[in-house]
Amino acid sequence: MTFEGFLSRFWPSTITGLVLGAVYALVALGYTLVYGVLRLINFANSEVFMLSAFGSFLTIEVLNIPQRLSDGGDPVKTGWELIGILALCLLVSALIGGISAVIVERVAYRPLRKRNAPRLVFLISAIGASFAISEAVGEWGPQRRKEYALTKFFKKEQLFKIFGADVYNSNLIVVIGAAVMALALVLFVSKSRVGRGIRAVAQDAETAKLMGVNVDRIILITFLVGGLMAGGAAFLYEIHTPFARYDVGFSIGVKAFTAAVLGGIGNVRGALLGGLLLGLIESWGSSLFGSDQNIGNVAAFVTLVLVLMVRPSGLLGESLGRSKA
Amino acid sequence: MSQDISSSPPPTAAAKLVFGSRFIAAARRRRTLETRYKALPKPARALLVLVLVVFIYLLPSLNLPIIPTSSDFTALLAIIIVPYVLVALGLNVVVGMAGLLDLGYVGFYAVGAYSLAILTSRHATVPWLISIPISVGISMLAGVLLGAPTLRLRGDYLAIVTLGFGEIIRLLAKSSDWMGAQSGIGNIKSPPNIGPIKFSGTIHERNIAFYYLAVTFVVVVFFFLRRLESSRVGRSWTAIREDEDAAELMGVPTFKFKLWAFAIGAGIGGLSGTLYASNVRFINPDNFLLKLSILFLAAVVLGGPGNMVGVMLGAVAVSYLPERLRFLNTSRYFWFGVLLMVMMVFRPQGLLPRKLRARIKPRDSDVPAFVDVSEGDPDLEGGSHGTATA
Repeated sequence: MTFEGFLSRFWPSTITGLVLGAVYALVALGYTLVYGVLRLINFANSEVFMLSAFGSFLTIEVLNIPQRLSDGGDPVKTGWELIGILALCLLVSALIGGISAVIVERVAYRPLRKRNAPRLVFLISAIGASFAISEAVGEWGPQRRKEYALTKFFKKEQLFKIFGADVYNSNLIVVIGAAVMALALVLFVSKSRVGRGIRAVAQDAETAKLMGVNVDRIILITFLVGGLMAGGAAFLYEIHTPFARYDVGFSIGVKAFTAAVLGGIGNVRGALLGGLLLGLIESWGSSLFGSDQNIGNVAAFVTLVLVLMVRPSGLLGESLGRSKA
Repeated sequence: MSQDISSSPPPTAAAKLVFGSRFIAAARRRRTLETRYKALPKPARALLVLVLVVFIYLLPSLNLPIIPTSSDFTALLAIIIVPYVLVALGLNVVVGMAGLLDLGYVGFYAVGAYSLAILTSRHATVPWLISIPISVGISMLAGVLLGAPTLRLRGDYLAIVTLGFGEIIRLLAKSSDWMGAQSGIGNIKSPPNIGPIKFSGTIHERNIAFYYLAVTFVVVVFFFLRRLESSRVGRSWTAIREDEDAAELMGVPTFKFKLWAFAIGAGIGGLSGTLYASNVRFINPDNFLLKLSILFLAAVVLGGPGNMVGVMLGAVAVSYLPERLRFLNTSRYFWFGVLLMVMMVFRPQGLLPRKLRARIKPRDSDVPAFVDVSEGDPDLEGGSHGTATA
């Protein structure tokens, strides 16, 4: 317990926490949307994240981006070209996420839904899918079970200071990218016609069906959107920590699901708030109790238990249907 | 629907599918076997059970064809398969009988293992026989401590909190020097020798001894739970699982019985942990990864939650199949995942589904002896949207 150390590292750890939290929040959106619509923990969302991380690595390599962006041997720092390429990678990564989430829905969930299987069975099927995907990447993926490191393609540079804490361009990219995606999602769910369909199905699937909502299509779109968010998050996470391994999804998935529950599962804003809070708590926790990463995780879970004891349905309550977003 | 599943994996998957369906076919046959078994007179049933138990005890010495997977089948049985069966029985109390979703069961397993390690090696030298009940007691206490604040939460919240618990136990063990930190605890005591059953003999003797010990634990726990199932406690669990609100209204103290389910489940998990620790004699935090919890849960759901014979079968499947698939080398967990999905599609209710029967004592002649409640599973039914407000 080093309280003075904690105070002196407060702002740097806040920034790390925000960056982590932004990633958790995006992944948590995937859990929360699917839960809202199907009342189902989509265990395979974490593997969607992992697949996208690998996908974005491959894209960067195939497009040979580190070479293209180099400025006399040195990676570039800023510029429109960099922003364009980042946006492109984000898009590709998100698309990979979306597509793989849809495939998971098709293969692992839809057959069960047709048979009206009990809920636990969905969980096991999801676990099976999750196992199969991560093991497939571990077995036949680009680096097999070893860590896959991303070639640096832009220079990490300190931009400015907030209360003495360094803010790097990578931090800004992650936070801004996540904010844009989250905003787009909130608008999509609250304003668009399909978003209204999602909310209707979340509120009462039977009635929604009677009112002419194509429930199967809505479910598919929900998975797609959740996958897009997880995919985007994967690329942003790779900017923060440029490594991926076949089992990278698991811990992020657990964290993101915790975040979704913390904010109130099924609630879009709750997932965003929960993700940010969880990232901050984790970062502050590990800076308060020494630099041990484990302690951060323990702090996050203990907070979850405490919050749930006081507010049994999460911070913002659990309603995708009733909330405005 | 089945076609698009079976057509997705490469041709080698066909073999796996055949294997899966063989299991299912076996389960179907058992169903009719079960009715026939029920029709037998009591002494005959007792005899059959006895024969089965003896057969299981003799399993490693019989040298059966096909079934053994590795050169040391006894070790596989003693270290992996039978402990899995024990864990599945324990988790079944929580998930199958009381209907509470526990994703962090490995936490109790770790508590049991670490209690034994600390008591017999790291901080004390308590005899093995005395440390076992203490470790089980500590595990039960952990169950109560976790359950007391969290059992008021609804299903999915409980799931994530338990998941967190499983992770916290491991992380605490990893960062606390008192519990051996990352390097773990070694020199854990073995049970004392009982005549020809030598826990301190050669590796083979040792594995045989542990196999007998583990099977004995399973048999004792099985009959204990069987009695419990038909007692007031078991009936309360059924009521809670089927409809918690209705149970509460009918005067079942739901919280108390849920806590009991947690404590008993935790105790059995802890017992299994002690078995594991005294067998391998060295434990570290990496033995208790969250993945293990998920495999435990897979065993229960695969077997058919609520049906004790079913979950035991599920546990054997989950622990035995990866070994059976060992010829696939490192990709076997991939095929295991595929197999899980395929089995869930073809047999979502598990290998041996629970038969819901409310037993009513035939005191009055006009009351039927058995009343079929339903084959469905309203509590867990979420594939539809019936539980939107639950």
